[in-house]
Amino acid sequence: MTMDFIQYGLGRWLHILSGVMWIGLLYYFNFVQVDALKAAAADTPPTGGGITKHVAPRALFYFRWAAVATVLMGLMMLGDKVDDALLFKERAYIPIGIGAWLGLIMFFNVWVLIWPNQKKILGIVSATDDEKAKARRIAFLASRTNTMLSMPMLFFMSFSATFHRALIG
Amino acid sequence: MKNPLDTLAGTVISGLILTAVLYFLARAMMGA
Repeated sequence: MTMDFIQYGLGRWLHILSGVMWIGLLYYFNFVQVDALKAAAADTPPTGGGITKHVAPRALFYFRWAAVATVLMGLMMLGDKVDDALLFKERAYIPIGIGAWLGLIMFFNVWVLIWPNQKKILGIVSATDDEKAKARRIAFLASRTNTMLSMPMLFFMSFSATFHRALIG
Repeated sequence: MKNPLDTLAGTVISGLILTAVLYFLARAMMGA
């Protein structure tokens, strides 16, 4: 009972809390910040310095660590069924398996493509102008890919509990 | 051809299409 409460009660609650923060910040970057920085760069003089200096690093901090918490809580909830889901061993676990794979691909994009390139863009690590331009494009496309993947990911996460019953009966 | 991920509309439409494709894939995998 206690273990069930930790695994499914607290686990699900923390999975959703951290997932809201992760995907919420992802949508902030894609739906707000990208266009805001573009408009700020066109101002004379450019006005985006405050966003780059004060907002983006804080947003990225919560973004990448919320991703870690979301994945850890998701794996905790799957527990010993993790292989049934990720290897599609059991029919009932196929929907959550697809959702979990989408989440894991997004997690990879955050830590391997977005964050290392954002460090170059924001000047946290040194980079030439050419390297910064390349980093900007990679981080942008990885972020947009995650926005695209978030749509089926959320579909399968929210529908997985009833998917099997709805389709198979 | 332009990358659909370069625009927000293209990103959202791609997400919707991918959702539909994966939905039918999941159905087929489950034998529904």
